[in-house]
Amino acid sequence: MSEMKAEQQYIDLFTKYEGLVCRHSAAVMNAPRAEALADFERLGFPTVKSEDYKYTDVAQAFAPDYGVNINRLAIPVNPYDVFRCDVPNLSTSLYFVINDTFYGKMMPKAHLPEGVYAGGLKTFAEKYPEVAACYYGKAAKSSHDGIIALNIMLAQDGFVLYVPEGVAVDHPIQLINIFRSDVDTMANRRILVIMEPRSEAKLLICDHSIDDVKFLSTQVVEIFAGAGSYFDYYDLEESSISTSRFASVHVKQEASSNVLVNGITLNNGLTRNNYYVELNGEYAETTLCGMSVMDREQQVDTYSHITHAVPNCTSNELFKNVLDDQAVGVFSGRILVKEDAQKTAAYQTNRNLCATREARIYSKPQLEIYADDVKCSHGMTTGQLDENALFYMRSRGIPLNEARMMLSVAFTADVIDYVRMDALKDRLHKLVEKRFRGELARCADCRICK
Amino acid sequence: MLEIKNLHANVNGKEILKGIDLSVKAGEVYAIMGPNGSGKSTLSSVLVGNPAFEVTQGEVTFNGKNLLELEPEDRSREGIFLSFQYPVEIPGVSMVNFMRAALNEHRKYKGLEPVSATDFLKLMREKRAIVELDNKLASRSVNEGFSGGEKKRNEIFQMAMLEPKLAILDETDSGLDIDALRIVANGVNQLRTPENAAIVITHYQRLLDYIKPDVVHVLYKGRIVKTAGPELALELEEKGYDWIKKEMGDE
Repeated sequence: MSEMKAEQQYIDLFTKYEGLVCRHSAAVMNAPRAEALADFERLGFPTVKSEDYKYTDVAQAFAPDYGVNINRLAIPVNPYDVFRCDVPNLSTSLYFVINDTFYGKMMPKAHLPEGVYAGGLKTFAEKYPEVAACYYGKAAKSSHDGIIALNIMLAQDGFVLYVPEGVAVDHPIQLINIFRSDVDTMANRRILVIMEPRSEAKLLICDHSIDDVKFLSTQVVEIFAGAGSYFDYYDLEESSISTSRFASVHVKQEASSNVLVNGITLNNGLTRNNYYVELNGEYAETTLCGMSVMDREQQVDTYSHITHAVPNCTSNELFKNVLDDQAVGVFSGRILVKEDAQKTAAYQTNRNLCATREARIYSKPQLEIYADDVKCSHGMTTGQLDENALFYMRSRGIPLNEARMMLSVAFTADVIDYVRMDALKDRLHKLVEKRFRGELARCADCRICK
Repeated sequence: MLEIKNLHANVNGKEILKGIDLSVKAGEVYAIMGPNGSGKSTLSSVLVGNPAFEVTQGEVTFNGKNLLELEPEDRSREGIFLSFQYPVEIPGVSMVNFMRAALNEHRKYKGLEPVSATDFLKLMREKRAIVELDNKLASRSVNEGFSGGEKKRNEIFQMAMLEPKLAILDETDSGLDIDALRIVANGVNQLRTPENAAIVITHYQRLLDYIKPDVVHVLYKGRIVKTAGPELALELEEKGYDWIKKEMGDE
């Protein structure tokens, strides 16, 4: 079947090496692989003909021949030696995933409360198979789309954060995803977050690409927020122009839980971020926000789907994009308010700044409301920097470039203001400023290239 | 200090300034008066380099430099300051960051190091007092949510911070009640030195009761048609602009 060309190499790879894939993984992760293969064969990659993938050619991104580290060969790298993240000194609980393998050699000096698990998914699934089986693959199902199916087929490891009932983790936990390879490489990443009732934690994920080769990732994130839990998820991508990332974040919230998801793209190639949030318990609150700064031919395609399944929940959504050169931004925001979900409050905003005539933004709000007593709103704007403000600033001695930078930083400031950690907020404000100044050199903190 | 010779300027292809000649000396205050549409605001916009205005003829030198060749930011660093008739709101940019950026650009131009955080805050406090600007306003976004009077006081505060050689006040009195007018005028007077100069653009005599001009020019149809001492402002207040129009042969 010629139409399935991009898919075929992955089907062949899995069929040929299924034994190896399973041998280097855990039983809980192996269990759904056969079904995932069947779903992948049936669904294939989403095509540009489907409304939700109109602007991102998935098959094209997956068509090249990427190396997949099925044999789990150790990558000769010590992340502590070669890498300093742009968000340093934030936490003593620092973890690494190299490509798609959890780096377990040097564990951080973690001050984690008793019962909290932060570490490799494979190890967790081997040690606590019952817990892992309750959650793994329960929010993101292979029948949902071909990319998730492919991830389930091939993922062998990942990261887990488990916080038991009533426990608060005060210090933020930081996970750094590193792409490091001499050949074009694909990584299939998993993150599983289990927040038991009334638990609290903050997780910061930083994506980096260290080498100049082509990287491709599928990342499936599952977040289970138990009743009354409080969880922050920050996802900062600073990869490279030759990195393609297909991420899918699935959040399931119980009653009175409070979840913040903030996705920031400061450097990338092609990024597709899917967010699925289900508000399944009353008085649950979710804040879903994000921003991107793009230039050259970078592309960030954001898709979100928030489901208000029960009454009295609140969702706040804000996404902003700043586009220069020929960059392309996509925002598709779906909010579904089910028939019983009375007293829902759902707010959605998407604002975009295009610095050139060639930059493109495609924005599509979709509100589907079946309850009659709700407060819902959405707003979208796309424009340029305010010429009057630029001139006013210049008339005070501020040069044009600096004035542009200050206005661009100001434009994105409210997304960063949602960050509920002061140290990270300050750091992000500075990073965004550096990004606009063009000072965010990919190798600034990497000792390999020096 | 400032020499304007035969200045012509267009906006949207229409000629507004039709040959202005004006000379500004250090230590003096100049009032430019005139009816609506005479070109007063165009003159101030051209002097600070607003890109919406096109100079078609003439020359302007400022302390020996060809002003018309300079970018707006360089004109500011050379010491020209415009108090805007309609100050611009800049959401998300705090007054503190805005002023620090401006001040440090001025310092860099003079070959000075950036101002230290402590010195900067001290300076802000000192200059705020000149126009009785509330600390709360100084910590907000530039002009965002400011009342009309607060915006004008904020202009004079910025002027105090940047210490220009030539200040152009474009209808700084418009929209001010009498108390705000007094505060603004006091601020301007406190900033006067023998080394700097001011051009006060206004419709009315009322501001000139507080800021005493040395010379009064009347601008009409893009030209300066009358020049005299402060008594001219009083005469205009009393008689209006009609007699000037009549003198010029217009009814």
